[in-house]
Amino acid sequence: MVPVLQVENLKTTFYTEYGVVKAVDGVSFYVDEGEIIGLVGESGCGKSVSVLSTMQLIQPPGRIEGGQVLFKGENILKYDPKGEEMSSIRGGKIAMIFQEPMTSLNPVLTISRQLTEALEIHLDMDRESARQRAIDLLKMVGVPEAERRIDDYPHQFSGGMRQRVMIAMAMSCNPAVIIADEPTTAVDVTTQAQLLELMVDLVTRNHTALIIVTHNLGVVARYVRRIYVMYAGRIVESGPSDEIFERPRHPYTVGLLGSVPRLGEKRGTRKLVPIGGMPPDLIHMPPTCAFLPRCQFKIKKCYEEPWPALRQVGENHFTACFVDIGDKL
Amino acid sequence: MNGKTDEILLEVQDLKMYFPILRGLLRRRVGDIKAVDGVSFFVRRRETLGLVGESGCGKTTVGRCVLRLYQPTAGTIKFNGTDITKIPEGKLKPIRREIGAIFQDPFSSLNPRQTAGSIVADPLRVHNLASGRDLDERVAQLFRMVGLDPRMADRVPHEFSGGQRQRIGIARALASQPSFVICDEPISALDVSIQAQIINLLEELQEKLGLTYLFIAHDLAVVQHISNRIAVMYLGRIVEITSSDELYDNPLHPYTKALLSAVPVPDPKVEKTRRRIILKGEVPSPATPPPGCHFHPRCEIATGECTEHVPPLRDVGGGHYVACFKA
Ligand SMILES: Nc1ncnc2c1ncn2[C@@H]1O[C@H](COP(=O)(O)OP(=O)(O)O)[C@@H](O)[C@H]1O
Ligand SMILES: Nc1ncnc2c1ncn2[C@@H]1O[C@H](COP(=O)(O)OP(=O)(O)O)[C@@H](O)[C@H]1O
Ligand SMILES: [Mg+2]
Ligand SMILES: [Mg+2]
Repeated sequence: MVPVLQVENLKTTFYTEYGVVKAVDGVSFYVDEGEIIGLVGESGCGKSVSVLSTMQLIQPPGRIEGGQVLFKGENILKYDPKGEEMSSIRGGKIAMIFQEPMTSLNPVLTISRQLTEALEIHLDMDRESARQRAIDLLKMVGVPEAERRIDDYPHQFSGGMRQRVMIAMAMSCNPAVIIADEPTTAVDVTTQAQLLELMVDLVTRNHTALIIVTHNLGVVARYVRRIYVMYAGRIVESGPSDEIFERPRHPYTVGLLGSVPRLGEKRGTRKLVPIGGMPPDLIHMPPTCAFLPRCQFKIKKCYEEPWPALRQVGENHFTACFVDIGDKL
Repeated sequence: MNGKTDEILLEVQDLKMYFPILRGLLRRRVGDIKAVDGVSFFVRRRETLGLVGESGCGKTTVGRCVLRLYQPTAGTIKFNGTDITKIPEGKLKPIRREIGAIFQDPFSSLNPRQTAGSIVADPLRVHNLASGRDLDERVAQLFRMVGLDPRMADRVPHEFSGGQRQRIGIARALASQPSFVICDEPISALDVSIQAQIINLLEELQEKLGLTYLFIAHDLAVVQHISNRIAVMYLGRIVEITSSDELYDNPLHPYTKALLSAVPVPDPKVEKTRRRIILKGEVPSPATPPPGCHFHPRCEIATGECTEHVPPLRDVGGGHYVACFKA
């Protein structure tokens, strides 16, 4: 089976006044039809640039400099970013949900207008049926009094409700893939639970693939079956969640898991083990592994060789590390 | 609510903080935001009391009342046995020396051109604790204590990373050698890998200096990790207080249960077996809170009583308090 979306060796660079930022430097990932995957990593590691590049939404000084984005086998990076094919992909076939819905909702248009527009363009619906479908969508995502609220403006909704509207919008044209970039980072935890439960329920019922981009390890542990861990513009580890949480094989993943407190852990039973040092400056990247300065497992080879490529360490489990840390834990 | 008096450092009773809602040209008062609406708790010496709840529930306002940055609408705040709500503004200095504060971004309110060293030295100057060479030595000592190189004292805030900035914030908070420190979302702005550094630092300092913490945060996993006891807030009120372990093992308030179940645990094995409670609706506005128990419109087990009366925080034994008629 061909993955519904497959990103191959993606490279996106920003040419800033301070220097060249290799924000995404050879990233590959895929998602199968109806599958839910997670892209995790701390802020600045290149998660958003990866998914924005996938949709060709990178603005200057950024440039997509290499790689392929195969949607159902077709490389969509060859399409003109402003052309017709690309706009039928965006929203119609691959939809995005962002952290702050206010940036993707137009503040001067009613929710009705914003929802029906996509339906009229992508599904060729007339005004009347588009409006009815929009109301149904709002009901589906749990917006109370949908018939009335559909004529409200985005600012009249709470943060959680706006995110529901975004979910409705993303689902509206039955896309094959939804990319949710930190969809719940700006909301409280009980709202996060409401929204994620809703999203996962909807994509499962519609057999839509979902990519959850997040820095929250708990969110991936709860909802995702396969994970990609990013660090400094690259994927450093990927594999089934069960595997990665049980047997992390990249020192950065080990570090992340060791540094977060876990709800329910008896008090005083585990001291947090922080990752020493700081994330690298993407403008001055070493030729070696970018995690090297913070790594507790480093060996001589790490100083001598360029950044290690991903190698297989288990079933569908890959790590970009020379060291076999499996038995050292 | 009573703990043994001799070991109690802070005792807050029925604290209320209402902010007036003003409208129109004449700025007429048309109502109140009941940010804190009858909160009681105590903190024992050398313990950490965690204060959790979702944004807008009043956590920061509680902290600011204890710091006397706000004059509370009602209630008492006893620090070391003295009700600090009654102390006139001009006589607060000795209290302020005893209570330190750490915020999410320690520099948001400071002059961006002030050096880190001078930021840390401020409290020492204000309280006349050191001057001249003595002051420099004390600042260097504070830098080392929080894991910073004293040679960085000449730099300005933007030259530091988020984690380093928070270390400077901690050094400043501890400069006057307070016994009590209010930490308000001290790690919320930091990346995951850096959060652990700051949590560990706070724990080490508590141990070394015998500090008492009021640790305010929305991240329940972090609060549970660092706190001896936890108070859960919902819409201006405390709904439950108990020890960290008990809160997880035996939550009694329906809101606490929902809150706990909403926090995903970074372990897929654990997640597969957990029950998920998904709350309906949203938190009402503190300007128009529901009558009775503030949680009743979203509560699965609420009855008539809950819509009419405010459930008191009652002792169910073993230092476990819950504000629910049905629990
Ligand atoms: N418009 C831009 N101009 C310059 N650099 C950028 C721009 N957008 C992103 N970057 C850089 O690319 C890197 C990756 O950013 P991003 O993908 O947003 O990270 P994440 O989503 O993982 O937090 C960051 O170091 C950031 O500074
Ligand atoms: N100075 C103020 N004036 C008016 N309303 C305020 C003020 N400070 C806080 N509030 C309101 O009080 C409520 C509680 O706020 P806060 O204590 O900051 O909550 P938390 O720290 O739990 O997020 C919120 O509804 C907030 O908007
Ligand atoms: Mg991002
Ligand atoms: Mg706050």
